[in-house]
Amino acid sequence: MTFGRLDRAGTYLVLCTFALIAIYPILSILFLALHRKEDLVTGFAFPTRIDLSSFEAAWTEGNFATGFKSSFIVAATVTAVSAVLSIGTGYAFGTMRFTGDRIVFPIILLGIIFPYEATVIPLYYDFSDVPLLHWHLLNTYWALILPQIGQSVAFGTFWMRAFFRSTPRSLIEAARIDGATSFGVLGRVLLPQAMPAVLTMSVLVFTYTWNEFLLALVLVSGSESHQTAPLGLSFFAGASRAGDPTKVAAAAVLVALPILVVYLFLQRHFVRGMLAGALKE
Amino acid sequence: MADEDLADAARPDPVAPGASRRRRRGGAGRAPGDPRNVAWLYVLPGLAFYVLFTLAPLLHTVYYSLFDWDGLTEKTWVGLANYSEALRDGVLRDAFLHSGILIVYYAVLPVIIGLMLTAALTRSAIRGFRFFRTTLFLPQLIAGVVIAQAWIWIYATDGPLNRFLELIGLGSLTRPWLGDFTWALPSIGAIGSWVTFGLCMVLFIAGVQKIPTSLYDAARVDGAGAVREFFAVTLPGLHNEILVAFVLTTINALRNFDVVYNTTAGGPGGETMVPSMYMYQNAFLYNRVGYAAAIATVLAIAIFILAAIVLRVGDRSERT
Repeated sequence: MTFGRLDRAGTYLVLCTFALIAIYPILSILFLALHRKEDLVTGFAFPTRIDLSSFEAAWTEGNFATGFKSSFIVAATVTAVSAVLSIGTGYAFGTMRFTGDRIVFPIILLGIIFPYEATVIPLYYDFSDVPLLHWHLLNTYWALILPQIGQSVAFGTFWMRAFFRSTPRSLIEAARIDGATSFGVLGRVLLPQAMPAVLTMSVLVFTYTWNEFLLALVLVSGSESHQTAPLGLSFFAGASRAGDPTKVAAAAVLVALPILVVYLFLQRHFVRGMLAGALKE
Repeated sequence: MADEDLADAARPDPVAPGASRRRRRGGAGRAPGDPRNVAWLYVLPGLAFYVLFTLAPLLHTVYYSLFDWDGLTEKTWVGLANYSEALRDGVLRDAFLHSGILIVYYAVLPVIIGLMLTAALTRSAIRGFRFFRTTLFLPQLIAGVVIAQAWIWIYATDGPLNRFLELIGLGSLTRPWLGDFTWALPSIGAIGSWVTFGLCMVLFIAGVQKIPTSLYDAARVDGAGAVREFFAVTLPGLHNEILVAFVLTTINALRNFDVVYNTTAGGPGGETMVPSMYMYQNAFLYNRVGYAAAIATVLAIAIFILAAIVLRVGDRSERT
């Protein structure tokens, strides 16, 4: 064996080892979920047959039909609304100069670094009785949707601004000379090109919103019909792990599944979004 | 493609030659561009959501931190008393200490592991890199609650980790990891390392590919060995990526709530208490809203300062 081949074999050995480490915890909980409580599994728990009964039981007992509905409503609304808003803000900061732009943009960027953990306390009290309006938003979808739109707009503004800045100015100028309004430039010239960037942003916002836990715990744990899937999993795990770990495992796999499916099809967007988004942060 | 776009976006806008420069109010005396206050029409809706539901609550937290309040009865103004209590509170000090230890697991270890692996992989082109990238990135996407369930099982008394230790003859080391006073925090830390190491690896491997091969050739002509090559070419070339990895993973370590809440909830005996968990307990279990707000404020400031330090240090090392 030449040195080069040995080197190459070593490279793949290292990569395979770490790929295995990355995937093993996920596989191991899947293995556990494919058993029944009566199997009394321990250790590695390699499944000998495909038994989906734990999934069925977890779905009904953990009330995940509700959890998935809530999570889907919240994540879809946050994704759609924040995409529209971020296209607007990104367009303005990326292609125009206006009074105050140099003050407002850094303030929005602050929202990416600051931890939203520091916002939950006032959100809880303000949503239980909205100042002046006296709405009761606690334990409604709004309590989750509104703050997460706010956070997502911070990231989305930064992301779409970077995209719009990279489009050739001549394109915009040409459209304006042809008499297009600012809205026309955005809708007919820029937006068709921006679709991949919008998709990347949407995929990330959807994932973050689907996975969110602390806001759900604080703002909707009082209403069973508004609980999100991760919150439902947390409650279900607390209540039934001692009784039947296979069901908790199945529930965990179910909660992760929608994002894993999206990842399978749009992984390029995930990686690009997280790396490029990170690189400018 | 977007990656390069973003790199470009960091630089100031070059003025397109021949572009018609319109100057309206607000534009005089500034760099040429396109002064248009119609922009506010596009900014306002998004800005409104951000200000109302992110910025205002953040400031509101700071305001609450100046009161003694149980969340129900009248607030009492106490000035900075919550902060001076925070300074004396041993539990909070421990929580920040634990966060510091978690930074080692969440940030330092993954960056070092990522760099070592990248160094080992630099010389050969990797076929099937996309497959590895997909797999290594996986932990990034999984909800914290799910991650917690997966690792509770791995660490369980009769779970895979203890079984593995028995298999290799280290049966004496088996224990309920998350319930062990000494091992609970490192066990949480290991979960963090697992979540972030893939991100670091993918960042670094992608970064290495952008380093011009001519630099490596030159190093080899100069007779540099693998180690010198790493310190002379790879490490400086990965400057930005290392910085980003540190900022992201450090912030992750400090914010950590989902995993702790769903594995140990701060136990056993407060050994895994972290600031966000302690804030949650004070606000929603002990009804000490003002004090919880002070903890949240301190945490936000700590994160901001750490991010600023990492970026500042990074900036300086780039210039020299």
